[in-house]
Amino acid sequence: MIESGGIVTEAVAGEVVLRVNGTYRSVPSGWTLAKLLASLELDARTVVVERNGTILRDQSSFASLDLAADDSLEIVHFVGGG
Amino acid sequence: MAHADLISTATLIDPQPLVIAGHEFRSRLMVGTGKYASNAQMIDAIEASGAEVVTVAVRRVDLDRSKDEAILHHLDPDHFFLLANTAGCFNASDAIRYARLARAAGFNEWVKLEVIGDQQTLLPDTIGLLQATKTLVDEGFKVLAYTNDDLITALKLEDAGAVAVMPLASPIGSGLGMLNPYAIRTIKQRLSVPVIVDAGVGTASDACIVMEQGVDGILMNTGIAAAQDPIRMAAAMKVAVEAGRHAYLAGRMPRREVAVPSSPTAGMLGS
Repeated sequence: MIESGGIVTEAVAGEVVLRVNGTYRSVPSGWTLAKLLASLELDARTVVVERNGTILRDQSSFASLDLAADDSLEIVHFVGGG
Repeated sequence: MAHADLISTATLIDPQPLVIAGHEFRSRLMVGTGKYASNAQMIDAIEASGAEVVTVAVRRVDLDRSKDEAILHHLDPDHFFLLANTAGCFNASDAIRYARLARAAGFNEWVKLEVIGDQQTLLPDTIGLLQATKTLVDEGFKVLAYTNDDLITALKLEDAGAVAVMPLASPIGSGLGMLNPYAIRTIKQRLSVPVIVDAGVGTASDACIVMEQGVDGILMNTGIAAAQDPIRMAAAMKVAVEAGRHAYLAGRMPRREVAVPSSPTAGMLGS
């Protein structure tokens, strides 16, 4: 991955660039959503993932969901609020 | 905990518990979870408030995880009724998106719907609110709609299928108390669905006066969280809501602008 000030600017061979919570990240080709969540130390049961505007309701699909270049993921959870 | 004395199970029995969309709740006080100094303080305050309905917000996970902000590490969904809000949404489509994300988190299909129309006052965009209510009701959501104290909007929200209407006492986080008791009373008198006053309660007397209007409940956050001692204020709010509810049920005496003696006028000593 090529990073400039923490911003991924260009994909390198064997990697894909996608956006996670508004920030570009580069991950190895072939990574699944489950792999990404694990690398972020997130428990899939405590978050909700939206991919390209669509909520992914079936968490059992995460292990077979391949990440693609230009994917935009939003990973959300509950925080304090009124 | 520091305030064990404030956790009271003593309560005035309400002859008609709060029921929203067929679900009976154990308290007429609902509380938010924002702005506390710590998660431990938040939990203690919620316990002291006696609230069952607890609101939460949907936000991006902080991937750098500088702090432990996930609220579900601290709130047991089996003990509290989690009510997701759409706070921070400034149009109907954003609010709908947040509501869907909240439902996907898997607790329930209830949402405290906020569509904010103005950054400075956080007053609701009632047109967007009505649109979002219709869409979410069609999708099977149980919508509790945060709105202003306008009767016509409240009636339209009820028509659109909201299971509760939540007029403000005064702007969010202002602590100004109830600015228009007449409007709140009118909404309560005209609606069939529960009326839960949301926002603006600053101290226990505010909560008591709101409940004395006959409304079905109160939702508050800052009034507790921003007190000097949030846990003690939460306990005060609990009894204030109960006191106001029972005062309403009891029916207050008429106001009179003349004095009426409480002690007999007969039987005074002769001169």
